[in-house]
Amino acid sequence: MLLRKHFAGVGKLASTVITSFLAVLIALAVGAILIAISNQNPVDAYRALIDGAFGGRRAIAETLVATTPMILGGLAFAVAARASMFNIGIEGQLVIGSLCGALVGAADLGLSKWLYVPLAMLVGGVAGGIWGAIPGVMKAKSGASEVISTIMLNYLAFRISIYMVTSAGAWLSWVDPQLQATKKIAPNARLPIILDRTRLHAGFLVAIAAALILWYVLFRTTFGYKIRTVGLSRGAAEYAGIAWGSTITKAMFLSGLLAGLMGASESLGLLGRHYDNRSGYGFTAIAVGLVGRNHPIGVIFAGLLFGVLRSGSNAMQAQAGTSKELVLILQALVILSVSALASLEYLRERRARTAAATPTAAAQPATGVTA
Amino acid sequence: MTDSARPNAVEMRGIVKRFPGVVANDGITFAVRQGEIHALLGENGAGKSTLMNVLFGILSPDEGEIFVNGQPAQFHGPRDAVNAGLAMVHQHFMLVHRFTVAENVILGSEGSGIRLDRDSTEQRVSQLANEFGLRLDPKEVVENLPVGMQQRVEIVRALYQGGRTLILDEPTALLTPQEVDELYVILERLRSGGSTIIFITHKLREVAAISDRVTVIRRGKTVDTLNTADTTASQLAELMVGRKVSLQVDRPVGNPEGVLLEAKHLRLRGRGALDALDDLSLTVRAGEIVGICGVEGNGQTELVEAIAGLRKPDEGTIEIAGRDVTGKNPVDLRRAGLSYIPEDRHNRGLVLDFSLTENVMLGNIDERPFSRNGLVDYGEGEAVTEQCMKLYDVRAPGADTIARNLSGGNQQKLIIAREMYRDPSVVLAVQPTRGLDVGAIEFVHKQLVAQRDAGKAILVVSFELDEIIDLSDRILVLYQGRIVGEFASGTVDRATLGLLMGGRGLDEREPINAVA
Repeated sequence: MLLRKHFAGVGKLASTVITSFLAVLIALAVGAILIAISNQNPVDAYRALIDGAFGGRRAIAETLVATTPMILGGLAFAVAARASMFNIGIEGQLVIGSLCGALVGAADLGLSKWLYVPLAMLVGGVAGGIWGAIPGVMKAKSGASEVISTIMLNYLAFRISIYMVTSAGAWLSWVDPQLQATKKIAPNARLPIILDRTRLHAGFLVAIAAALILWYVLFRTTFGYKIRTVGLSRGAAEYAGIAWGSTITKAMFLSGLLAGLMGASESLGLLGRHYDNRSGYGFTAIAVGLVGRNHPIGVIFAGLLFGVLRSGSNAMQAQAGTSKELVLILQALVILSVSALASLEYLRERRARTAAATPTAAAQPATGVTA
Repeated sequence: MTDSARPNAVEMRGIVKRFPGVVANDGITFAVRQGEIHALLGENGAGKSTLMNVLFGILSPDEGEIFVNGQPAQFHGPRDAVNAGLAMVHQHFMLVHRFTVAENVILGSEGSGIRLDRDSTEQRVSQLANEFGLRLDPKEVVENLPVGMQQRVEIVRALYQGGRTLILDEPTALLTPQEVDELYVILERLRSGGSTIIFITHKLREVAAISDRVTVIRRGKTVDTLNTADTTASQLAELMVGRKVSLQVDRPVGNPEGVLLEAKHLRLRGRGALDALDDLSLTVRAGEIVGICGVEGNGQTELVEAIAGLRKPDEGTIEIAGRDVTGKNPVDLRRAGLSYIPEDRHNRGLVLDFSLTENVMLGNIDERPFSRNGLVDYGEGEAVTEQCMKLYDVRAPGADTIARNLSGGNQQKLIIAREMYRDPSVVLAVQPTRGLDVGAIEFVHKQLVAQRDAGKAILVVSFELDEIIDLSDRILVLYQGRIVGEFASGTVDRATLGLLMGGRGLDEREPINAVA
C-alpha cells in the first residue's frame, strides 16, 4: 500500500510481476492435479516441460522461435486495445501479411539481402495494416462494431489466401497449387538465422524491437498519448479536440501492421513459404495481450510465457507422454488464472479507492435520464 | 417530537468501519427519533455514505451496535434492513428504465408466486402514491418520467416495502429548485404520516429548510447533534468543515470592458419539434461574470457544446475577441483563447486513469512545452503540473498520482488549474461546483472572481440558482432555448428567476431587460 502510494510506477510494475508469477504457479498446481488424475506423474511432466523449453541451446532457440509470433501478435492486440478496439481480426491480418510477404519473396526479384528482406517484411506488414484499418474506418464512419467486422474480414482473408495459392496458379507463377502454398521464398528474402544450427531467425529481433518501439510510441509521442486518451475516455478525447475516428483507424492500422509482420516473419523466417493453413496464433495473441496487460513490455514476458508453454509442451508429449489435450488445458489454465488474478487486483484497487473517502465518484450522475 | 419516552427509530453507537488505509467511521454515534426528519450533514468523504451503508446492512461494522426501535439489530444484508422497516432511496436511482412505475415499485418484493396480478398491484401502487400526494401513474414507463418523478417511484417503492424509516441519500442532487420544493412537501407529508426520515446532505440550505434535527459528522467522527431551529448556517458550516468558512462570495463590483465572447442568433435543432437553441444571442465582456440559470434541458447542453466547438450551430455565429470562430474545433478554440471547465469531470474534463501530468496535457498535448515535433516532454509536463498543483492547492502525493485517486474537489481544482494555465481570454464554466463540498466551492468561486478581476470574460452555466445569484455580475435566464430574462446583479430575487425558469410570466410580459 505504502509502496504503491509513493512509487506509483515501480510499485505497480512489481505487483504485476508478482501476481502474474503467482497466477502461473496456481495454474501449474491445478494442472498438476489434472495430470495426476489422468494417471500420470506431474513431476515427470513438468520436468519434461522445463527440459523442453530450457534444456540446452537448441531448446532455448525453439522456445524463442515459438515466442516470436506470440510477442508480435500480443503487441497487435495491445495497441488496438489501448484505443479501446477489440481486434479479433489478428488471424486474418496475419494471413494477409504472410501471403503478401511470401509472394514478394517468392517472386525472386533478384535484390540484395539488405534490400529484399526489409521489402518483403514491409509489404507483409503494410498489407496486414491495410486489412486491419478497414474495420477501423468502418467503425469511424458508421459505428460498425469491430468485433463483428474483424471476424468477417478473417473469413475473407482465409478465402483470399486459398484462392491465391490454388486457382490463382493459373495466372500467377509465384505459387505452387499442389502444395497449397507459395513457391519457395528466395534465399535473399529469407529472414536470416541468428543462432547457428538452430531455427531461430531474425524475426525474434524484429519482435523485440517492435515491442520497444511500440512502448516509445505509446508513452512518449503525442500520437500514443492520443491513442490512450481515446481508449480511456472518448468524452475527454472529444473535449480535448482529439479526432476519435482517425485515431482509432490509425491504431487499427498499427495493430494490423504488427499482425502482418507476425505473419510475414513466420513465412519469411521459419517456414520459407506461405502455406494455406491456420496456425490459430491470431487468437492466442488475444490472450498474450491480455496476460501482458496490453503493455508492450508486459507482452514480451507474456509472449515468452506462451513460447515456453508451446515449446515445452512438445517435450511433455514426447518425453512424459502427457496428452496433447492436457497440454492445451494447461495453457488455458494459465490464461484463466492470470486474468482472474488481474481482475481480482483491479477489484481490490477499486474497493480501496471507493473506501478512500472519495465517494464524489458517485456525485457525477451517469443516469442518462435527461437530455 | 417531544415524546422522548418512545424508543429511537434508529440508534447507532460507536460505529467503527475501517478500510485499507482509511478509517471511514471512527466511533460514530447517531440517534434518530421516531417521526422526525433528521439531517445527516457532512462534507464529501466525511463518512456519511459509509455510515448509511452500515445501517442498511450493505457493510458490516468493525465495531459498534445498531438499535432499531430499541431492539438490537444485526443486518447481514439489505433484506434484513428492509424487514426491520428501513428503506433506502438511493442517490442514483435503482430503477429499470423500461419497466412501468408499478413494475419498478414491486421489484424486490414481487413474491414467489408465478402469476403477477397486474391490476391489483397497480391499484395498490396508485393508492399508496395518492396517500402522500405523489401523483404517479403506475402504468407509465419509467424512462419517460422526469428525474423528480423517478425519485417518487423510489419513495413509493420504499413505502411499498413497508419502510417506516426512510434513508434519502443526497436526494436533491439531481433535482431542479422546483422539484426540490416539491420533495420537501412530500417529506413533510410522510412525517405527518408517521414516517421517520434520515436526510443525507452536504448542503446547508437543505438542512435548514427541512430537518427537525441535524447530526454533523466530520472525518468519520460525530461532531454534534443539534435542533435545527437553534442553529445558523455559518455555525453548521463551521462544524462541518472544522474552520470558519465564508458563505458569501466576496465579490466587489466588477469593471467590465470590451466584449470578448459574443454569440449571435444561434439556432440549433433539437431532437423534437422545438429548437434546442432558438435565436439565442449573448455577450460577455472582459472583467465580467455572466451567469446562465435555467432548468436542466432548456438548451444549456447545446449552448455549451456550440461555444466549446463540440457541435456546429445550424445558424448564427460565435466570436471570441472579435474573431469569428463558428464551427471551429476545440483545439482551434483553445488557441483562440477559450478555456472550458466542463460539467462532467469524470467523462470529459479528465481521463481518470491518467496521471495528473497527463491530465494537465489534455487539450494542450500539441502545444509547447508539452510536446515538440510529436514527442511528449514529460519533464516539462511534470514541472507545469507541479506549478499548477501549488497555485491551485491540488492535494495529491505527486504529479504522477492517478487522477481517479483524487477527491472531487481536488479533481476540479486540477481542471481549473489546467484551464487557467493557458491564460485564456474567455472562460466557460459549466456547473463548476457540482458535487463539491463547502470548502471546495468557496475555493472555486474565489478563483472565478479572481479570473474576472484579471480581465477575463467568464460565462457560468449552472443549475444551482444560488451559485448563479452569488457569482454573476449579470444573470441570463434560459428557457426553451431562448434568453427570457436579463438582470444586473442584485436587481432580482430568487422567486422572479424561478418563475422565469419555469416559463411563467412570459405571456403577460415582454422579456425583461433590466440592463438596457
